[in-house]
Amino acid sequence: MNKANRPLSPHLQVYKPQITSVLSITHRATGIALVVGTLVLVWWLVAAAAGPGPFATVQGVLRSWIGQLLLLGWSFALFFHLCCGIRHLFWDAGYGFDIPTVTKSGWTAIAGAVALTAVSWIWAYASLGGAS
Amino acid sequence: MAEFSLPANSRIREGQRHPRPDGAARPKTFRIYRWDPDSGETPRVDTYEVDLDKCGPMVLDAIIKIKNEQDSTLTFRRSCREGVCGSCAMNIDGTNTLACTKYIADVAGDVKVYPLPHMSVVKDLVPDLTTIIAQYSSIEPWLKTKSPAPDRERLQSPEEREKLDGLWECILCFCCSTSCPSYWWNGDRYLGPAILLQAYRWIADSRDECTGERLDALEDPFRLYRCHTIMNCTKTCPKSLNPAKAIAEIKKLMVARR
Repeated sequence: MNKANRPLSPHLQVYKPQITSVLSITHRATGIALVVGTLVLVWWLVAAAAGPGPFATVQGVLRSWIGQLLLLGWSFALFFHLCCGIRHLFWDAGYGFDIPTVTKSGWTAIAGAVALTAVSWIWAYASLGGAS
Repeated sequence: MAEFSLPANSRIREGQRHPRPDGAARPKTFRIYRWDPDSGETPRVDTYEVDLDKCGPMVLDAIIKIKNEQDSTLTFRRSCREGVCGSCAMNIDGTNTLACTKYIADVAGDVKVYPLPHMSVVKDLVPDLTTIIAQYSSIEPWLKTKSPAPDRERLQSPEEREKLDGLWECILCFCCSTSCPSYWWNGDRYLGPAILLQAYRWIADSRDECTGERLDALEDPFRLYRCHTIMNCTKTCPKSLNPAKAIAEIKKLMVARR
């Protein structure tokens, strides 16, 4: 029997995306996005320490529409990763493993991330004057 | 490193379309993965139509009917046809389950049938289980004791016995392990949900006297800790067991014994 040329059965190609796997991969993706976001934060802090000139440059980039879009993405990534992280803490303690709870906690994490992002941006625009 | 696309010899092409049976009043389309080791060709998906008025309610009924009446070359494992043997585990309508307990009526549209995911295919819907059975052997799935054997059986209180509920019912169909992306990418070193649930079944057994050694054997970045609580395993288990919970209990024991 020829074992060498046996095909690999399809996996990602056929497996239905579900709240379990989709939230897991999004958790990882937002974690990676946050690494990049942290570098931007460092850039911002270094510029602030370097003086008004460099700081104004960074502010200009971050306040442009594309900068704000990226900040929106990073803030959502932060809150999503936070909410899912709390979900993971419950799992690590041994709670919330039945599928109805997993579904509920998953949707709660999504709703929490969206709400926290919205509140932050409304607060930012209201108190800091947004893009001005 | 995870390989997300299928290797060249595994890419799936469109296969044959078998004619609809004469006078089918309620035809349902089945699209089934085929691979013939003798043909030298890549896998394909064949299309069959089954008259539901002349077929049992389960996906396995339809597959057996296809084999009997339309295409005797269709190859798959089946035995008990009532969800206790685990032979007919396959990917149906995008998730892993037992063909014998999956209602055709629960599938909207065409019924798509593939072998258990990310496995080496022996033929058609038959995956090679050699590795996963070897992994099962590696956890030494039997009662291990150090104390001298009593005159009669080793006793267990009803409460201690209760701790095995949700574990002993596993039929080793491997729906869970082959639904787990972590097992897909690291199945050579990560034991996967089915085997870890079995490992916990012996760890949780009050009569077993080798808990420490069992935990030692699992204390490894890959064997146990490739579980990232994705939860596809629990979601897909056709016996409604909870491998993710069993793995979490092992991880808790690892922390508790530090």
